[in-house]
Amino acid sequence: MARSPLRTAVGVLGEVLVTLGVVVLLFVGYLLVWTNVSAGQAQAAVLDQIERDWARGPVSGSNRAGAGSAAAGRPARGEGFARMYVPRLRDSVWGTPVVEGVTLPDLARGIGHYPQTALPGRVGNFAVAAHRATHGEPFRDIDRLRVGDLVVVETVQDWYTYRLTEDAIVNPTDVAVIAAVPGKPGAEPTRRLITLTTCDPRWGSTHRWIWWGMLAGTAPKPGPPPAALR
Amino acid sequence: MYAALWRVLPGPTALKVLQLVLLAAVVMAALFGWVFPWAERSLPFLNVTVDQG
Repeated sequence: MARSPLRTAVGVLGEVLVTLGVVVLLFVGYLLVWTNVSAGQAQAAVLDQIERDWARGPVSGSNRAGAGSAAAGRPARGEGFARMYVPRLRDSVWGTPVVEGVTLPDLARGIGHYPQTALPGRVGNFAVAAHRATHGEPFRDIDRLRVGDLVVVETVQDWYTYRLTEDAIVNPTDVAVIAAVPGKPGAEPTRRLITLTTCDPRWGSTHRWIWWGMLAGTAPKPGPPPAALR
Repeated sequence: MYAALWRVLPGPTALKVLQLVLLAAVVMAALFGWVFPWAERSLPFLNVTVDQG
């Protein structure tokens, strides 16, 4: 077994390269499969938490997401407090939990709500962000949305139906898009708006894809869900 | 590299295979638990929010 040092070196190099190749393939599998599977499990856990909270009713604990009471408390960071349904995106946004916060751990558990923005149904701008690739990718088909599409948000006490009005592709630093009056930070809001944000292009981060919508209807619970869900 | 690892592991063949399986499981757990979540943070498509940059 007298192999030359060169042969040994080439053999080791080959094994290292094959190993690195396998690791890269595993990383691809992690991104395309693993993150979505674990996001699905995390969303299920959030939905359990929402269900427990809602079973206690809108007044016990913090009265979150109520359209009527201005003094209603806000959900804690990382807490699920709403569910979103988008008929056009029925495969990816259908009962998806909305959690408070837009950090990576928040976004791995559902759609994230920008904490400084309005709660669903309120005057102002209910702004959310979600992944478009990996980690559940709720907004992966955001390019299929059209003006007039409906977005339904379910809270402990109401169904809010928003109608999409406009979209834009903006720079990542354009924080005015989630202002209470989009594009006019500091202005006093009078309308009840929703804003969706995600990355654009899908596998990139050079821009953000924004959709705006306006509240088109409110249906109290327990009552039938809005027609858009049937 | 792997041939050397095979020689270093003690015991009969069955025991060596068992050790390799356990070793692979530990490596996979480290990759999926720490290395990949760390590595993906440098990928662009996790940035979905507007912020001050």
